[in-house]
Amino acid sequence: MSGETFDVLIIGGGIVGAACALEAVRSGLKVCVCEKGVIGAGATAAGMGHLVVMDDSEAQFALTSRSLQLWRDLADSLPVSAEYQVSGTLWVGADDEEMAEVGRKRSFYESRNVRVEVLDPRQLSEAEPHLRSGLAGGLLVPDDAVVYSPVVAKFLIDRANDAGAVLREGVTVSAIHPHGALFVDGTTVSAGVVVNATGSWSPGLTPGIPVQRRKGHLAITDRYPGFVNHQLIELGYLKNAHAVTSDSVAFNVQPRQTGQVLIGSSRQFGVDDPAIEAPMLKWMLERAVEYMPDLTGLKIIRTWTGFRAATPDSLPLIGPVEVEDGRLWLATGHEGLGITTSLGTAELLVDQILGRQSQIPTAPYFPDRSLREDIHHG
Amino acid sequence: MAEKVTILIDGTVHEVECGTTVAAAVLNAGRSLFRRSVTGAGRGPLCGMGICYECRVEIDGVLHSRSCLVPCRSGMEVRTDG
Ligand SMILES: Cc1cc2nc3c(=O)[nH]c(=O)nc-3n(C[C@H](O)[C@H](O)[C@H](O)COP(=O)(O)OP(=O)(O)OC[C@H]3O[C@@H](n4cnc5c(N)ncnc54)[C@H](O)[C@@H]3O)c2cc1C
Ligand code: FES
Repeated sequence: MSGETFDVLIIGGGIVGAACALEAVRSGLKVCVCEKGVIGAGATAAGMGHLVVMDDSEAQFALTSRSLQLWRDLADSLPVSAEYQVSGTLWVGADDEEMAEVGRKRSFYESRNVRVEVLDPRQLSEAEPHLRSGLAGGLLVPDDAVVYSPVVAKFLIDRANDAGAVLREGVTVSAIHPHGALFVDGTTVSAGVVVNATGSWSPGLTPGIPVQRRKGHLAITDRYPGFVNHQLIELGYLKNAHAVTSDSVAFNVQPRQTGQVLIGSSRQFGVDDPAIEAPMLKWMLERAVEYMPDLTGLKIIRTWTGFRAATPDSLPLIGPVEVEDGRLWLATGHEGLGITTSLGTAELLVDQILGRQSQIPTAPYFPDRSLREDIHHG
Repeated sequence: MAEKVTILIDGTVHEVECGTTVAAAVLNAGRSLFRRSVTGAGRGPLCGMGICYECRVEIDGVLHSRSCLVPCRSGMEVRTDG
């Protein structure tokens, strides 16, 4: 492999790298993807796979809603095992304050042509009979979906592969520079464009980028078909998620096509150990039970953790960064939305590489928007 | 002679000896398919001691109960995937 030259070399075979590879090869570029382990086995295998339109900033809305459109375009060609399901998001309001947030969200979405429906307490309990009584209401976003992301990552890579992209699996990159990469086995690959798509590992290859690991816990139950019908999220979630300094948990429950119930999630900075932390898991499950007391009758069969790649402004880093001897490209920092935004990210990245006009403004995701430290390759 | 209790297996009445586990009662009723896996494969008791989870059935509305650990009680309703 040493000596071979590509137009685009993508480091990282998570859903982001996989989506970028397919988009690049489809645009006529000669592509190589390198993955140190197995395709989709990083954060992509850990996440919940909720495909959600977000309203916390214009830029987050633009990227998530464009991505949801791309997911809808892709849906028909996905294999059944990708478990793509338009289950909708139901944002759950516990009190008047959270219902004010429901009202704000509703006008935000409606003015941008996203279908929503406000539910009163009775409609909420009809939609989700296992939610506790006494909740204030909710906002249903019916076109949001869920997917089983590692299968999608594999599907995207296989498609890229079929279209001519070269895949190197089980090879670890030890250093990248603007014209290629060095592997731990001493081999090199040269490319005109080198993309760091290694998610929470990305600062290891591009020191100085503002990406921090943010740990999350998840639990999944045995099969209880019909127990939950929509992806449910508490509205206190946003307050919690924005507190970047302290640990938090949120009620976040998802129906899987198998009838399993996926229960999330926790957020922690400053922890590198992937081990389950019993107090965090307990706190997360207690939060879930506060909203859905009947969860106590369900059997959990597996618990695990994953790491999100968080940025200070919660937006991903998509585009080039200037280093001493050229430019490196980033597609990282997707935090808790990288399954959703993988498809939009790929489009934005390849548009920039080819100098094409994008469907949405690219500037909010430029990596240098928030660079405080020197970027250098290492 | 041991005391008898009556249970329902998939809606059919069965009389079993008191102390019989649900797993044994279902097997004695001539059924070996207790549940189906995610891919639809038939499954039944393997370890008989609560470890393998292969013998799960619905007992009195509780899904995924390990039938090898539960003694039959009078009036119990058992549902299999068979
Ligand atoms: C608990 C939790 C819940 C989540 N829920 C959701 C959700 O509901 N919806 C949503 O949209 N997102 C969700 N996310 C976020 C989502 O999982 C991530 O944003 C997304 O998977 C990021 O994909 P990625 O390809 O950037 O990273 P990864 O999947 O981590 O891929 C990076 C890849 O790079 C490889 N790599 C690293 N270093 C090297 C190297 N030196 N050489 C070669 N290869 C290397 C790794 O092995 C890995 O496969 C969640 C995340 C967590 C942790
Ligand atoms: S037979 Fe193994 S758990 Fe019941």
